[in-house]
Amino acid sequence: MKEEGKKKLWQEYQKEIADDRYFYVRSCVRQSFFPGAEQAFLKIMREELGKDVFEHACHTTCTGIAYHADVVPFDTTMTVVARQFSLMTESGYQNLVPSCITSFGVYTEILETWKHFPEVEAKVREFLFKATGRTFEIPKNLAHASDVIYKFRDSIASRAKYKLVNQQTGEPLRVVEHIGCHYAKMFPHKGIGGAEFPHVLIGMVESWGGEVIDYPERRHCCGFGFRQYLVQANRGYSVACSKKKFESMEPYMPDLIVTNCPGCPMFLDRWQYVIAEMENHTYGADKQGIPVLTFEEMAAMVLGYDPWEIGLQVHQIPVEPLMIKMGIPFDPGKKYLGKNSKDMGRPEIPDYLNYSGMKI
Amino acid sequence: MGKDVLIIGGGIAGMEASAYLSAMGYQVTLVEKANELGGHLLRWERLFPTQRHGKEVLSFLHCGIDGKIRVIKNAEPVAAVTRDDLHIVTLSTGEVITANAVLITTGYKTFDASRKEEYGYGIYNNVVTSADLEEMFSSGKEMLTSSGIVPRRVGFIHCVGSRDEKVGNIYCSKVCCVTAVKQAIELKERLPYAEAFCFYMDLRMYGMHFEELYKEAQEKHGVQFIRGRLSEAAENQDHSLLIKVEDTLTGRPLKMKMDLLVLMVGFEPSDGTQKMAELFHLETGSTRFLKMADEHTSTNVSSVQGVFLAGTCSAPRTITSTITDARAAAAKITSYLSQYSIEQREN
Repeated sequence: MKEEGKKKLWQEYQKEIADDRYFYVRSCVRQSFFPGAEQAFLKIMREELGKDVFEHACHTTCTGIAYHADVVPFDTTMTVVARQFSLMTESGYQNLVPSCITSFGVYTEILETWKHFPEVEAKVREFLFKATGRTFEIPKNLAHASDVIYKFRDSIASRAKYKLVNQQTGEPLRVVEHIGCHYAKMFPHKGIGGAEFPHVLIGMVESWGGEVIDYPERRHCCGFGFRQYLVQANRGYSVACSKKKFESMEPYMPDLIVTNCPGCPMFLDRWQYVIAEMENHTYGADKQGIPVLTFEEMAAMVLGYDPWEIGLQVHQIPVEPLMIKMGIPFDPGKKYLGKNSKDMGRPEIPDYLNYSGMKI
Repeated sequence: MGKDVLIIGGGIAGMEASAYLSAMGYQVTLVEKANELGGHLLRWERLFPTQRHGKEVLSFLHCGIDGKIRVIKNAEPVAAVTRDDLHIVTLSTGEVITANAVLITTGYKTFDASRKEEYGYGIYNNVVTSADLEEMFSSGKEMLTSSGIVPRRVGFIHCVGSRDEKVGNIYCSKVCCVTAVKQAIELKERLPYAEAFCFYMDLRMYGMHFEELYKEAQEKHGVQFIRGRLSEAAENQDHSLLIKVEDTLTGRPLKMKMDLLVLMVGFEPSDGTQKMAELFHLETGSTRFLKMADEHTSTNVSSVQGVFLAGTCSAPRTITSTITDARAAAAKITSYLSQYSIEQREN
């Protein structure tokens, strides 16, 4: 692999990312999948970096999942998105930051559509006005939340309490990065580094001390793929997709997987558990699987946030081995304590996946 | 005759047209930006369909560059104006040349394969272009992968940068299919135990003996032809390549390991051709090659009076076709300088 070739390519895919005053739109599903991730983003942005990040209580789904599942027509999606723009406008913000990759893809697709077909934008403005009486301005800047963290990766590195380094060996952790399909595959110039060799997560990993693995099935879908999972009969395809990736990355012995999409960490985490129980096979050392993190969780770990405050206990592949490697102290006794130390209950101990040493 | 012709570009077309125009008695000046005449032919070891050496054709072309032709190397036009049917061209050396007719023979460049990012050229160690492979053949060195092993499986990917709307080139480059067949045969001759696969969209074996070469590749050398376009390549841990292709004849996706991947890069107008279009205010077609006045009857005539075209500056061509086109351009320039307009002949 020629690193200089990648660097040359990355130079062609840079994008403008606003410096401050963000209108943040959450994901529909992320708060169920990994509930601490978005909260970690807000804390990092507001408390560490001192940025103005605003959320509107009336923000709704962008309809992205339904749109890509062919349940909602594009006209409806555009009108719903126009309403989000209206909320942003009335709040006095211009820089839109979606938490979800699919939302980012939907917003990008709509803005590109309107750029090339202004009559469609005019029609959507009319739809929105007739339905709600609202008007809106086009965002001045659109960046995914991972773009924003990428922008401030060195600032985060300067505040880091821990590095993506194995404390026992001193070696960089070996990281698999997985980019959500809707980040840049539709519009390569809207993603940092483009579609084929995206740099957005690599930039974070390298800035925080890790080493990225480029493995043969890197570009392959995580297994969410909407239709593969939303249609129950197709779920075998979903597991098969993830399995193909795990088998491809296994020889590189990764220490963790990091993603920037709502679905990817969910499925890369969940299907490792499922495959372990179905086939008695794991892809990490000591039958422990490969921990899967969102980029916000990875940033929060580097910054030394309490792992149970950022929701790492809801991962099905335990994250403790990674924390031990990084030298992050944690209290196993607090793993399943929720707000006000309320006991959240315990998951069942899997048959094959090695949970020994982890507090259940 | 006492008339001057300036030929810009010292590749195949420029050399052959120079020879013909000089033989017809014109004062010919041939300008070449490199320090050697021959263009792409300098880097092409063997030629389809006969497998003769490129050097032989080059030597034939050099025979036509006699002492009457003024050859200026390491120079290129930087300005051009037309005054009273005379073309006044300033070269990068500062010299000003006045000509009654100008022939553009600035040719093509090969497609920059790194633009097909999913194929990994410039990033993966064992992805090369057809031009790179030709240089590997020419070097006479043992063929090895970047890991120092003899390749056992080699894939030839047709139509890289040709017939591809995504990169903005919808045209066929005409020479890549047969070049892949030629190179696959050469590879098998050098490495008889290697497997060679050609991945194609359509095989365009239109030239005399092309089909025979294709048949020979299959029957004598065991080259395998799979109809399908490469979707992506990735690098394995051992620096071999994992490729994904759909075999469109069996309707099945294929995932194959290759030790070496050869991208059959197509033609694009050279930087010199694009620059001449600007300097001489020449129209270009939808493919960005220089526009011919008429695709059937005036292929050597540009959109500017007294400026003519030959070779691959106007369209992808084989060497044979380029030589023929250069001679046709010489004939056309002769009719122009004789003030005989063959296009306006009466039926």
